[in-house]
Amino acid sequence: MLTSGKGGVGKTTSAAAIAAGLALRGKRTVVIDFDVGLRNLDLVMGCERRVVFDFINVINGDAKLNQALIKDKRNDNLYIFPTSQTRDKDALSRDGVERVLEELKDNFDYIVCDSPAGIEHGAITALYFADSAIIVTNPEVSSVRDSDRIIGILASKSRRAEHNLEPVDVHMLLTRYSLERVKKGEMLSVEDVREILSIPLLGVIPESESVLRASNTGTPVAFDQESPAGRAYLDAVARFVGEQREMRFVQPERRSIFRALFGRA
Amino acid sequence: MAGSLVQGAVFTVMVVRAGMLRDPGFEFELAGQVQRSPRFFLNAPVVLDLKDAEDFTQAPEFGEARRILRRHTLSLIGVQNATPAQLDAAAAAGLASFAPNATQTARPRPTEAVPAPHHEAAPVAAKSKLVTQPVRSGTQVYARGADLVVTAPVSPGAEIMADGNIHVYAALRGRALAGASGDTEARIFCGRLEAELISIAGRYLVSDQIPPEQRGLAVQIALVDDRLTIERN
Repeated sequence: MLTSGKGGVGKTTSAAAIAAGLALRGKRTVVIDFDVGLRNLDLVMGCERRVVFDFINVINGDAKLNQALIKDKRNDNLYIFPTSQTRDKDALSRDGVERVLEELKDNFDYIVCDSPAGIEHGAITALYFADSAIIVTNPEVSSVRDSDRIIGILASKSRRAEHNLEPVDVHMLLTRYSLERVKKGEMLSVEDVREILSIPLLGVIPESESVLRASNTGTPVAFDQESPAGRAYLDAVARFVGEQREMRFVQPERRSIFRALFGRA
Repeated sequence: MAGSLVQGAVFTVMVVRAGMLRDPGFEFELAGQVQRSPRFFLNAPVVLDLKDAEDFTQAPEFGEARRILRRHTLSLIGVQNATPAQLDAAAAAGLASFAPNATQTARPRPTEAVPAPHHEAAPVAAKSKLVTQPVRSGTQVYARGADLVVTAPVSPGAEIMADGNIHVYAALRGRALAGASGDTEARIFCGRLEAELISIAGRYLVSDQIPPEQRGLAVQIALVDDRLTIERN
């Protein structure tokens, strides 16, 4: 599942891109929108005009799962499960979510969950049943702190934590990265963020105009073969399924930038 | 110092051997004595001698002894020659501890000439609390009555507290409060000082007040003359 704490860092963009990347590899994938009331996944996936039933309808028993799932027009392996725009996050019940996820597990190789921002009911429900979590972080101080917070919450409030099972597999995805700005000392480097968060790095997605274009045309950026961001997402997916890929768009940086930003003397 | 508050005094107090309370003949004898000199025995203080007594390790036992003596208008005020376990139970029952009087030989005990009080702040002898995972923002860790040892970074926005010392073998970026229950001897040790706030026994410094030349270093923080001092390790 994709989470971040902070809003606006690229969870939905990344959820769409990662789901697309998995589907391109032949995995049967469903991407679910957990942001009840502020749904965006359907827009980013380009299926907003085909939404009939949603997550809340299925939880409440008003519709069956296969009535709500929307098949992606570009790839047969990819399905979207939108959420309600008219309700809010209180409509998500843990039991309902569990039932739906169990049913989805029978039909899909990967279930990608797009979490809302924050640390309250909506975000907690999204992360509760996770096996893996991708913490989407911008190289920026507020985002890093919020990511740290959500990592702590995963370690204590997920189902795995509560039942003392193997912990959730946590990875960091650094998005909106600009090598130029890091060199100028305006932005935190990969090392800076890695040092604070102390979790394995899944990928670095460079800042790219193609992302805005992708959202506005309803095409997950991973389907855009020419976009650096798209290629970086495909690398991240490769690493997620266990392949080795070198980090592009990144260079070893000086640590002194970190000191300058955190010293505030 | 406390000279005007507490003064020494000497009293004569009756001592009753614990074994005697179990003796059925004892109460009969005692009743007789009290009857002959009621004013002498009325509310007279009694110390229970626990020498060679195997029992009296639970507070209710003292309650029972107190009741037996009360039946004869005597007032049980303390114990002597008690083992540590018996002392604990006696204290729980509200009884004072008396040094063995000069007419008896004390039960040999390694350290206690004067039995130690039980209710002072517990010395930090409890097992240290060990944290090996990063302490994330928004998390609070409290080592009650013990030291805290952290072998991973402490994030900004995290709070670590201990009644004893705090040792962080990594970067300390959050808040650290040692001596949380008032122990001014407590110290903070860290691998890299980048803390938002450091405190010992309630005195604190925020990040801005930490000298820039000491930030980012491995340091030891102690309370000296009521001020926090930071020294390189």
